Amino acid sequence: MLLKGMRDGIPIGLGYFAVAFSLGITAKAIGLGPITCMITSVLCHASAGEYAVYSMIGANATYVEMAIMIFIANARYLLMSCAMSQRMHPDLSFGHRLAMGFGITDELFAISIARPGMLNPNYMYGGMIVAIPMWAAGSAIGCFSGGIMPERIVSALSVALFGMFLAIIIPPAREEKIIGILIIVCFAASYLLTAFSDKLGMDAGTRTIILTVAISVAAALLFPRKEADE
Amino acid sequence: MNHSIFIYILIAALVSLLIRALPTTILRRQITNRFVRSFLYYVPYVTLSVMTFPAITEATKNPAAGYLALIVGIIVAWFRKNLFETAVVCCLAVLIVEFIF
Repeated sequence: MLLKGMRDGIPIGLGYFAVAFSLGITAKAIGLGPITCMITSVLCHASAGEYAVYSMIGANATYVEMAIMIFIANARYLLMSCAMSQRMHPDLSFGHRLAMGFGITDELFAISIARPGMLNPNYMYGGMIVAIPMWAAGSAIGCFSGGIMPERIVSALSVALFGMFLAIIIPPAREEKIIGILIIVCFAASYLLTAFSDKLGMDAGTRTIILTVAISVAAALLFPRKEADE
Repeated sequence: MNHSIFIYILIAALVSLLIRALPTTILRRQITNRFVRSFLYYVPYVTLSVMTFPAITEATKNPAAGYLALIVGIIVAWFRKNLFETAVVCCLAVLIVEFIF
């Protein structure tokens, strides 16, 4: 099972390498070194989450703002973790539960939960030991080489992360009209608040927190989900 | 005020771990509150949307390249290309635009 997980982790790891490379460039832009970048990547291993870490450091945010922002940026993992908890054998030890929780990313969650029956810890560990080091290596190499690469290439690679975000949010919009409408509302609100943020003295992190909480609460109140939807 | 990079990363790592591992270790039954469930369901889409735009147009040297990457990325993702493919296409769009202009 470990080997099967490792095999399925390879394509994920390749994708991670490229996206983490673009994260490394972001980290370099705010003055972090490759080693710091690699440590952050092993500990946090999340695209949106790490992007949030770097933008908060760049904005010289307070520690509380950092904690709130990481919570918001990674809130989807809370949902995935809840979903995984329902598929764990009742006798599964605390250690396994902790390690599997630590391993949650969009892709590792997806391949693990897609398998039938109770979750197999070894399968998930196989995916983790391949994908997470590639993620960390990508970010360190991106951070290291970001400065010596031609400006054009850096500019192009810096959108890889956003491309990955789009690949997560757009496909569900096809299935559910409400998600599509929500994305359009978010884009518009984010654009407006960004345009006025200089006047309001608001940084990017605070903006993301405010918009996420406000829009998600509104959506949950206006369009509560039925049990059958999930 | 100056903040320590070490403490920043420690906080980020701890919060990330708590979010991921608290439910798997503690939660042994289904969440039933409809509002909480709905809120948790919408959060990922909202947060990724607001982080993507307009930031994608500010990441590139030429904002037009960022806009093109956004449009191309949406089209490619719509046809259910995976994360890696979508990311590559967005990069290529920027590369081509900035090469021409």
